[in-house]
Amino acid sequence: MIVVIDYNVGNVKSVCNAFKYIGCDVTLSCKPETIESATGIVLPGVAAFGYAVNALGSLAELIKKLANNGKPLLGICVGFQLLFDRSCEHGQHNGLGLIQGNIVPIPTGRVIPHMGWNLVDLPEDMNLFDGLEKQKHFYFAHSYYADVTDIETKTAYTDYGFELSASVQKKNIYGTQFHPEKSGQTGLNVLKNFAGICEGANP
Amino acid sequence: MLTKRIIPCLDVKDNRVVKGVNFINLRDAGDPVELGKRYSDTGADELVFLDITATIRSRKTIVELVEKVAENVFIPFTVGGGIQTVEQMDLLLRSGAEKVSINTAAVQNPNLLADASKRFGNQCVVLAIDARRSKKLPGKWNVCVKAGTEPTDIDVVEWAAKGEQLGAGEILLTSMDADGTKAGYDNELNKAVTDAVNIPVIASGGAGNLDHLYDAIIDGHADAVLMASITHFGNYTITEMKEYLAKRGIPMNL
Repeated sequence: MIVVIDYNVGNVKSVCNAFKYIGCDVTLSCKPETIESATGIVLPGVAAFGYAVNALGSLAELIKKLANNGKPLLGICVGFQLLFDRSCEHGQHNGLGLIQGNIVPIPTGRVIPHMGWNLVDLPEDMNLFDGLEKQKHFYFAHSYYADVTDIETKTAYTDYGFELSASVQKKNIYGTQFHPEKSGQTGLNVLKNFAGICEGANP
Repeated sequence: MLTKRIIPCLDVKDNRVVKGVNFINLRDAGDPVELGKRYSDTGADELVFLDITATIRSRKTIVELVEKVAENVFIPFTVGGGIQTVEQMDLLLRSGAEKVSINTAAVQNPNLLADASKRFGNQCVVLAIDARRSKKLPGKWNVCVKAGTEPTDIDVVEWAAKGEQLGAGEILLTSMDADGTKAGYDNELNKAVTDAVNIPVIASGGAGNLDHLYDAIIDGHADAVLMASITHFGNYTITEMKEYLAKRGIPMNL
């Protein structure tokens, strides 16, 4: 069973709906024992970074522990940003520190937020994108982005006048800046791949 | 490269999609969930649902509608109409909406934009502006509130810029003069606003043919085009719109 972390931010339901739609066993929970028993964890998030960190509270330590022990983890949007060291959105906030890098503002000189469907180059060695073509459109909506400095992390990029990190993978830890749950059939395929990764990790 | 967006707009009244001309003379256009799903399946980039009655009773209906849509539609959608508080926004976002749009309440209480953006991030906060050409000042538009029934003295371009400063992450700009006429978007208005802000602007009101969409993007500098009449009543499919624009060199998600 995949557990979507329920921590009082937007879009948690959309993520659950998408997993249900593709036939996955999914539950929305903030209970530590349920989260511990999950085959994989999804950390969604439509919120400002600081609000999300506070809302996550003590669950942060549990998620870190489980991810470090090999449980598949997928962060989406602000959930993706939370995987990194820190963010400067409305003040300085520490993230989970699972992947090295910081959340910084998208450079000015373009329309911000980066909002809409952008073409992502999908590296062959990222199993989140198994079975997809080399480039696909995904839906983005954000004003800050992850400056990934972690050398152990694989990164998929999109072009927004600079190389913007669209998705990362470090071992069992996955993240997408875009919203797979709002990216039509392509996004549903990414969630299916994550569900497969969870099954594989819990035979 | 970021693509331009095609956004069908579903005006909802008594659980039905309706569409009028210049905000009146409403025609039935179908069931909102079914129509939303059809648009999502046929390639729409995003949807907008507007509760055009926005009464206390319709508030509850719209939350139920958002829940149903979110179970069936896996593209982003914005919900608007009568939203007045951060709590109402929170409920709609938690029910499955990606963004919420505020119109009258932002005019009455501009800080709502700031509060909402601090809580949800500005990418969730859409400032909807209903614009009417000024009869006194050429090349100027006034903000109208309460579903377009009440004109104000507020200048549209100034209000858009202020909205951005306060925390709006997108502007849904409707020309009341063009709405439902199928005579083309007001691209003078679109250009004036897009040039004054740095956030995405959705052009709305007046789409009648494929050239109109192209003109709103090229002449009006719009990041997205919204339409209702021409797609609800079957004039063009989403694919036809996208293929046409792509052929003319506009980046589209096909």
